[in-house]
Amino acid sequence: MAIEAVDHSHWSPLLGRLWLDALPQEPIVLATFVVVALGGVALVAALTYFKLWGYLWKEWFTSVDHKKIGVMYMVLGLIMLLRGFADAVMMRIQQSIAFNGNEGYLNAHHYDQIFTAHGVIMIFFVAMPFVTGLMNYIVPLQIGARDVSFPFLNNFSFWMTTAGAVLVMMSLFIGEFAQTGWLAYPPLSNLAYSPWVGVDYYIWALQIAGVGTLLSGVNLIATIVKMRAPGMTMMRMPIFTWTSLCTNILIVAAFPVLTAVMSMLSLDRYLGFNFFSNDFGGSPMMYVNLIWIWGHPEVYILILPLFGVFSEVTATFCGKRLFGYSSMVYATLVITILSYLVWLHHFFTMGSGASVNSFFGITTMVISIPTGAKLFNWLFTMYRARIRYELPMMWTVAFMLTFTIGGMTGVMLAIPPADFVLHNSLFLIAHFHNVIIGGVLFGIFAAINFWWPKAFGFKLNQFWGKVSFWLWVPGFWVAFTPLYILGFMGVTRRMRVFDDPSIQIWFVIAAFGVVMIAGGIGAMLVQFAVSIWKREELKDETGDPWNGRTLEWATSSPPPEYNFAFTPIVHDIDAWEDMKRCGVERPTTGFRPIHMPKGTGTGIILAGLSTALGFAMIWYIWWLAAVSFVGILGYSIFHTFNYKRDYHIPVETVEATEAARTRQLAAAGA
Amino acid sequence: MHPPEPRLNPPGRLFGPSRFLNQRTVAALGLAGMLTAALSGCNTVVLDPAGDVARQQGDLVIVSVLLMLLIVIPVMAAVVIFAWRYRASNKDAKYEPDWDHSTQLELLIWTAPLLIIICLGAVTWTSTHLLDPYRTIGRIDHETPVAANAKPLEVQVVALDWKWLFIYPEQGIATVNELVVPAGRPLQFKITSSSVMNSFYVPAMAGQIYAMPGMETRLHAVMNETGKFEGFSANYSGAGFSNMRFATHSVDEAGFAKWVGEVKASGKQANTGQTADAPLPEAPAAPPLGGNLDRAAYLELEKPSEKVPVIRFATVAPDLYGAIVDMCVEPGKMCSSEMMAIDAHGGLGKAGIRNVSMLEYDKNGRQAGTDATASPDAAVRKELAWVRALCRQIPGSAPDGTIKAPTDMRSLNGAGLAAPQSIGLGQQEALAPDAAARPAHVSLNSRN
Amino acid sequence: MTATTVNPTHDLSQAQLQAAFYDLDEHDHPEGGSTMLGFWMYLMSDCLIFAMLFAAYGVLGGNFAAGPGPKDLFELPLVALNTAMLLFSSITYGFAMLAMEKGSKGAVQLWLLVTAAFGIAFLAIEMYEFYHLIHEGATPMRSGFLTAFFSLVGTHGLHVTFGLIWLFTLVVQVGTKGLIPANRRRLMCLSLFWHFLDVIWIGVFTFVYLMGML
Repeated sequence: MAIEAVDHSHWSPLLGRLWLDALPQEPIVLATFVVVALGGVALVAALTYFKLWGYLWKEWFTSVDHKKIGVMYMVLGLIMLLRGFADAVMMRIQQSIAFNGNEGYLNAHHYDQIFTAHGVIMIFFVAMPFVTGLMNYIVPLQIGARDVSFPFLNNFSFWMTTAGAVLVMMSLFIGEFAQTGWLAYPPLSNLAYSPWVGVDYYIWALQIAGVGTLLSGVNLIATIVKMRAPGMTMMRMPIFTWTSLCTNILIVAAFPVLTAVMSMLSLDRYLGFNFFSNDFGGSPMMYVNLIWIWGHPEVYILILPLFGVFSEVTATFCGKRLFGYSSMVYATLVITILSYLVWLHHFFTMGSGASVNSFFGITTMVISIPTGAKLFNWLFTMYRARIRYELPMMWTVAFMLTFTIGGMTGVMLAIPPADFVLHNSLFLIAHFHNVIIGGVLFGIFAAINFWWPKAFGFKLNQFWGKVSFWLWVPGFWVAFTPLYILGFMGVTRRMRVFDDPSIQIWFVIAAFGVVMIAGGIGAMLVQFAVSIWKREELKDETGDPWNGRTLEWATSSPPPEYNFAFTPIVHDIDAWEDMKRCGVERPTTGFRPIHMPKGTGTGIILAGLSTALGFAMIWYIWWLAAVSFVGILGYSIFHTFNYKRDYHIPVETVEATEAARTRQLAAAGA
Repeated sequence: MHPPEPRLNPPGRLFGPSRFLNQRTVAALGLAGMLTAALSGCNTVVLDPAGDVARQQGDLVIVSVLLMLLIVIPVMAAVVIFAWRYRASNKDAKYEPDWDHSTQLELLIWTAPLLIIICLGAVTWTSTHLLDPYRTIGRIDHETPVAANAKPLEVQVVALDWKWLFIYPEQGIATVNELVVPAGRPLQFKITSSSVMNSFYVPAMAGQIYAMPGMETRLHAVMNETGKFEGFSANYSGAGFSNMRFATHSVDEAGFAKWVGEVKASGKQANTGQTADAPLPEAPAAPPLGGNLDRAAYLELEKPSEKVPVIRFATVAPDLYGAIVDMCVEPGKMCSSEMMAIDAHGGLGKAGIRNVSMLEYDKNGRQAGTDATASPDAAVRKELAWVRALCRQIPGSAPDGTIKAPTDMRSLNGAGLAAPQSIGLGQQEALAPDAAARPAHVSLNSRN
Repeated sequence: MTATTVNPTHDLSQAQLQAAFYDLDEHDHPEGGSTMLGFWMYLMSDCLIFAMLFAAYGVLGGNFAAGPGPKDLFELPLVALNTAMLLFSSITYGFAMLAMEKGSKGAVQLWLLVTAAFGIAFLAIEMYEFYHLIHEGATPMRSGFLTAFFSLVGTHGLHVTFGLIWLFTLVVQVGTKGLIPANRRRLMCLSLFWHFLDVIWIGVFTFVYLMGML
């Protein structure tokens, strides 16, 4: 069957490549578009009707408060999780029906976009915002600081990440997304083989979001290094702060690689350079190496903060000091360093020599040693403990059991000859979902349940939380065990249709697992709604609902804008536990004005201009690209002329806030 | 434990994972009850393949799982036990809120995984070298070494958009989407691609290896059983990827000779080569292909197409595969080997700046073989002749990256090296969980 | 504060405990205390981008695609002149920093403008070189080598361009606000940036030009 190539060669000076053929053509996309458009209109109307625009703009969008930015990151992650999960559902349905000559309901153009978008969204716009949001919210509180080192940059970083997400979402309705797989290997992603806008959307979304991620990494390192409370030496930092530090070091040392590689790919696509071309002495293999030099540290960027979360949760709900604090810290550091020495295990099948392959295989296995040590540390923290099975702890135990299996299958893939038979198979898919869902996502759920009362002043509903848990965890295994088995049956990834009907049953089982996971996600949303509805019943007056151990529990829930009226002084790893043990009472007099940064709209404006720049570049609208670029430059310079970026919270406000807290505590104690 | 090896291992056999599996008795004992039995209901070709290389790779999967279960099972059991025993409602359990350190335990939690990884690392090093796809195979199966004078059957594999071309240089024939190999004969695959990256994978035969344009990868394998098996691309390559499948027929020597004869005869009909023993999916009208696969026919074949039925070519241009690897099938193109030879001598200087059209390969993307370049004008021909004269490189003669199977296995596991008598972490020790506890005076040298 | 563990004794009064656990006499943190650290980290990340470009040049630098190589294209005297411009600009930036230490606003502005002049000269020579190469047909599209060369050198040139925009902004800001701490900090950051570009250029000069001509 010959392939009909679609001609998208239309170009006009005003709209560039943007033309009617960019509008949704497929019924599924069209229907989605209508739903999303109606929903968007309804949302805008509601916000206008309730006169919320001013509130949102002033209190949230332009806020430089790390707590609000943290919450906004989590909201972004949640919204994008729904989009990414919708993609997963579509893939599962397609793969469970496309047998015996049935083409399924998705054509190649649509299906190939879906699996690409699923990967890109889940990594860059779900996991990354969740992780960054957590670090943003918790780290300054844990180290007893009032904000991050560069509050404006923090706001800017968030909006740049959002700008990337906006571009990905735009691609759903205007044009197309990449059909290359989530890492867009050339030559397939070169202009010659991906001529229209899909890969350009991919490049600009990643490039713009990458700027945000990099700056937020710089910001959090500076915060952790420079702004710890007095007495908090490096070896007294909470484990979550340690893992955040290592994660951000990884971000700063890895994301520039992504920026460079994406720039090279853009130069190839836009200007006909020859970095990754087949001809003129380019090297596609160089792309694969470079992208994985970023890509492997990236998976540790995702998982390390969650290792920190599990450590905090385990210690708290075991009512016990964390076992082996220093070994936990060293394990984190070892993982950080080793994560740069393993990238080649993603392409053993490219034909490197046996010695090269074995080297990278063995370094990969070596990473399992510190990871294993961490698992033992959590295990021995549970030894002789009094474990309270609140939701965060349930997620942690589920993680320990699930992640162990994921780690084991990972080591199997690290043996090059075994990888030759399992590479790119559904076994690989099952493996990395096993570690990303079982590690990252379970960790995020643990963290949300753990820190929600801190952020909003009330706990989450436990019933719906348990419903979500018991749908998610078995659902995960029902969805991915079939994929492990299909991997052993030699079934490869990214297939749209199959010809062996005997394997269909496994895809049907997997689809059923996805239904369970959908229930889990739904139950989680219900949990949020019910908790907000019944927030008075679930209220946390103390600021320390779980009998916590670290400083974020020393302040009220939600914390005041300035976090701490007096900066705490740290004498122990579990600083707050130490304060409680010593019976320190909260000072109630002698407050001073508090120096704080001022909100600014610069972040959202620059990110908006960056979105315009990205969109213009994607569609070859050169005039708009020039205008938005000059706009970004001009507005940045304009911003530097604003020297008044801070203010003092007057002492009266501090006194009033703290007096309210005193009353609240007294009421809770009574 | 498995019984000790009674005698020296003959070179080229009984090495690798299967050796210490001892013909799968360990697998039968250990994992069979769990993994293989659970999976035996379905066709887990990766764990139960038809080719010796894939078999060794599948064994390696099982060995590594067994090794890791040594630590994974106790850990998971401990998680469950601790989680239950130390629940808050169980007031009988001890509670030590300040117990947070134990040097012995710390030592254990770092060394236990370390020991497993040392064992796995040893397995990895040896198996990666032994099962290096660039290395010729040393054995047909676990008891048959490859005869010293055996010549492997060479198959040249080209991943096209979106179908597979197999060229048999020895036989002078070619097929599309049909791979027929004689069982029991060593096979040598030379693999390349025309436009984007693919991965050549026949799970029943051997692990996959990428197919990349302008480059050649190698795979050595053997089929031990006859039958029909599935092959496909295991690396996403664009819209037609899902249907980039081919049937792999493993036949006996006589059957292979008969098939070659049929393919050679089919050329006279210039057909799509349907035969009774190779049932095909409903084929659309026969494309103008078949017969002789020369450069023009290749350029036509190279154009993107999906669900292509089996095509057989009775003859094939002998230099075609080399030209494909060299990206110079189109007339008027400089071969990349020529280009590289020129580059190695510092390029052509400013005089070479204008040689652009003869180097273009990607420019037309999947609309390959356009008229503009299909018939180069006189100027380009002259230029190309000048380039060819200059570099005197023979197109399509890429350096042979094949590594010979070792005649002596000992160099692989380091046992052949003059190791101190007291240190002997050979393969059997490496796998034994009590390796550290073994008496120090046991020397491996005697056994190897 | 002491960093010893405080035992849960009842010997200490609540006031003493509070003094041990809270910073009751806190002053505003000096603004911009993290700026230099943050900027260093930014520079290191930028350095990684250059590392990638150097790596790409290392991989593709010999792929002339039957076209011209470094020996056919580069003119060392011109590049040497170019290098001198950038080195001089670093020295004059150093003088600007010395003037800042002395608190001499006019001198700072003057030296900054001299630095800018050298920077512009550097860019002008680089643009001449690029124009000349492209005019001859040695475009970045011609070969992997030229792709990597133009990208590496061009990225450096782009950095210099942004450095110049920043520099002119600072000249204005020093003029209007004087050498206030915020401006001093910005001058320090730009100084780091400018010298960093110098270091990168030395790498480019050695690795690309000198070694290419050998």
